Amino acid sequence: MPAAPRRLLLLLVALTSVLGFSFVGAGAASAQDATEEPGDPEATPEAEEAAEDESIASVVGSLKYDDEEDNEVPVEGVEISATGADGEEVAIDTTAEDGTFLLELPEPGEYTFTVNPDTIPDGISLRSEERGTTTFSLSPGQQRTVLFPLVEGEARERSSGSTKIAQVPQLAFEGFKFGLIIAMSAVGLSLIYGTTGLVNFAHGEVVTFGALLAYLFNVTFGLHLLIAGPIAVLLAGVFGGGFDRGFWRPLRNRGTSLIAMLVVSIGLSLVLRYIFLYQFGGRTRPFDQYAIQTDTIEFLNITMVRKDIWIVVVSIILLVLVALALGGTRIGKATRAVADNRDLAESSGIDVEKVILVVWAVGSGLAAVGGIFLGLTEQVSWQGGFQLLLLMFAGVTLGGLGTAYGALVGSIIVGLAVQLSTLVISSELKNVAALLILAFILLVRPQGILGRKERVG
Amino acid sequence: MNWSIIIESTLEAMVTKNAVVFALAAIGLNIHYGYTGLLNFGQAGFMAAGAYGTGIAITQWGWTIGPAALFGIVLSVLLAFFLGLPTLRLRADYLAIVTIAAAEIIRRIVKSTQYSEVTGGSGGLNGIGRGFYDNNPIDSGLDLGIVSFSERELWFMVVGWGVVVLCMVLTYLLVRSPWGRVLKAIREDEDAVRSLGKNVTWYKMQSLILGGMFGALGGIMLTLEQQSVQPDQFFTPTTFFAFTALILGGAGRVFGPVVGSMLFWGIIQFTDVSLRQAIANDHIPTWLMDGVQAGQVRFIIAGGLLAALMIFRQQGLFGNKREVALDDH
Repeated sequence: MPAAPRRLLLLLVALTSVLGFSFVGAGAASAQDATEEPGDPEATPEAEEAAEDESIASVVGSLKYDDEEDNEVPVEGVEISATGADGEEVAIDTTAEDGTFLLELPEPGEYTFTVNPDTIPDGISLRSEERGTTTFSLSPGQQRTVLFPLVEGEARERSSGSTKIAQVPQLAFEGFKFGLIIAMSAVGLSLIYGTTGLVNFAHGEVVTFGALLAYLFNVTFGLHLLIAGPIAVLLAGVFGGGFDRGFWRPLRNRGTSLIAMLVVSIGLSLVLRYIFLYQFGGRTRPFDQYAIQTDTIEFLNITMVRKDIWIVVVSIILLVLVALALGGTRIGKATRAVADNRDLAESSGIDVEKVILVVWAVGSGLAAVGGIFLGLTEQVSWQGGFQLLLLMFAGVTLGGLGTAYGALVGSIIVGLAVQLSTLVISSELKNVAALLILAFILLVRPQGILGRKERVG
Repeated sequence: MNWSIIIESTLEAMVTKNAVVFALAAIGLNIHYGYTGLLNFGQAGFMAAGAYGTGIAITQWGWTIGPAALFGIVLSVLLAFFLGLPTLRLRADYLAIVTIAAAEIIRRIVKSTQYSEVTGGSGGLNGIGRGFYDNNPIDSGLDLGIVSFSERELWFMVVGWGVVVLCMVLTYLLVRSPWGRVLKAIREDEDAVRSLGKNVTWYKMQSLILGGMFGALGGIMLTLEQQSVQPDQFFTPTTFFAFTALILGGAGRVFGPVVGSMLFWGIIQFTDVSLRQAIANDHIPTWLMDGVQAGQVRFIIAGGLLAALMIFRQQGLFGNKREVALDDH
């Protein structure tokens, strides 16, 4: 296969040049950041890894109350402070004219946010005393919205049960949203495994790639995210298909073993991830639109912003479309047939290579959507996808490696488990819960919830 | 471009700290991957178990180096048990997924603020095993003209390479024993071995434990060399550096991982120092690459090397092509 190495080279050159081109603009935009990233000549891998944690987290929100005519009235001049786990005050802000505040936190971790009741103007009070403080954890680069409900007059609401129980709906909603993001990213991973047998450790980089492409069109080229996003998704799909055609298919034809290809995907993952870091830098960055939304919506004790709702709705629509396509269309049925038994499918006239190409393209596109939504929820980072990869594996294995519907079910369970586990364990360790589920499911039902037994042995 | 600095630091990197540590980690991976066909992608986790076991026993409980190192090794054995139990019955890729995840979880746990009283959190532990250098019998450095070593470096090299040689001898003896032949048979055809009445899962478990212990030794040597331990030294690329070193030297060969580790760090250090020299002398404009980015190139090289070796030369430099051509079970 003399053509294979050449094509591989071309593909890598294309990939790197696109990214190289992309962040020339980002580089200019981040020129003012340069002072914060001193060119340490002795930079060790450890130091670079640590850079991930320097990305600050922040909390935003606005203080408002509804007056008698149900008009929202912003409250100015209220002090809100953040206290670290060691009891030290790390940030303080006073609400502006429109009632908004912003607390920038020095590092990720658990913080307690408190409203200073003495600064609340007369005639207004917190809806209940205990809602004047709230404690939660922030991951690197995360931005969260916090709500302190105010009412006119004296507090009406009495404390309702334990605070842990009260957190359940909020965490369940966040877990569901996170699970949908994992699911969208993981559909490709599972179907690529199902159709080719490849456990693609570089799939996390597909997710990151989608987010970085969207960042490129959004921030560097200045397109609105609603235009930049779809362009990024399409391009990621084209790249995914091209990657199969130009790289993986020649390897399959060469007779490279699946184990060897798995190790190749690890090498690729490392290469791509550090090309991303090289071009994008270690800081996390927000998209230009929808990064900060301060008007919160409260529903059944769940505080959310508009983008949360849109993420959930769009994810569900896309996943339902995938499920319908797999169940009803020709290519969908062919995909399931190939995943079920490649040789039988091929002998019954299905063009297996075409199916694999479509799976790569669609899977990469969906992964890009996942990456963009992840970038909206947290921020865009050079290793966002890699951090998601282990959760994707947990979800896919849980649901049944190689099945499409399994990836959906498993991912949502993993998302819920990750968020709800913060009720009992520190949120720094929330991903541990996903791993424990993974180990447990491998012990009792290695084929996963929807998998079949003969696949695993 | 100061070529004497480049050559000096390249040669030094081939025989000092990282070469020793990753030779040990790769010897362990060789037991797993080279001889048994197991995909352990969490060697960094075993190294962390050794390093943190030793560090905690010394700094928190005041143990001496010997028992503390033993404690680190015991921890790695326990880790192998926990990882092997759910996965070794299953196909090779499940072990890969679980081990890579476990190593990352271990890093997060030792880094978390929740256990920082024991593990030192993101700062890690310092002042581990002062006795190591206090007992240094070598009282003068060595100057070989182009490279020179301090007495501390010499002492570490003597002990470190001594441990590496011991591990190589042990590997040599083990893989030629009946036990080692069973491992190689499992690598070639698991079902055939099972049909001969061998308990394949238990042999795989023994292999996972032994290789994990070698990995833990690597972590312990790292701790002793720098007298400290930081969580981010055990991030995922650490495992793949060891894996690349192994494949480069040749899996399934006793010398493979050791030669591979020396060459790997030679390559990494050479490119690293050359790039920094080129940047310092304005041969590379800063818009193209700055000092921080030069430090990232090593990961791109390591990953590219790993992928290229697996595609074009799975047997590495010294391996036997027939032996390392893994088929899929």
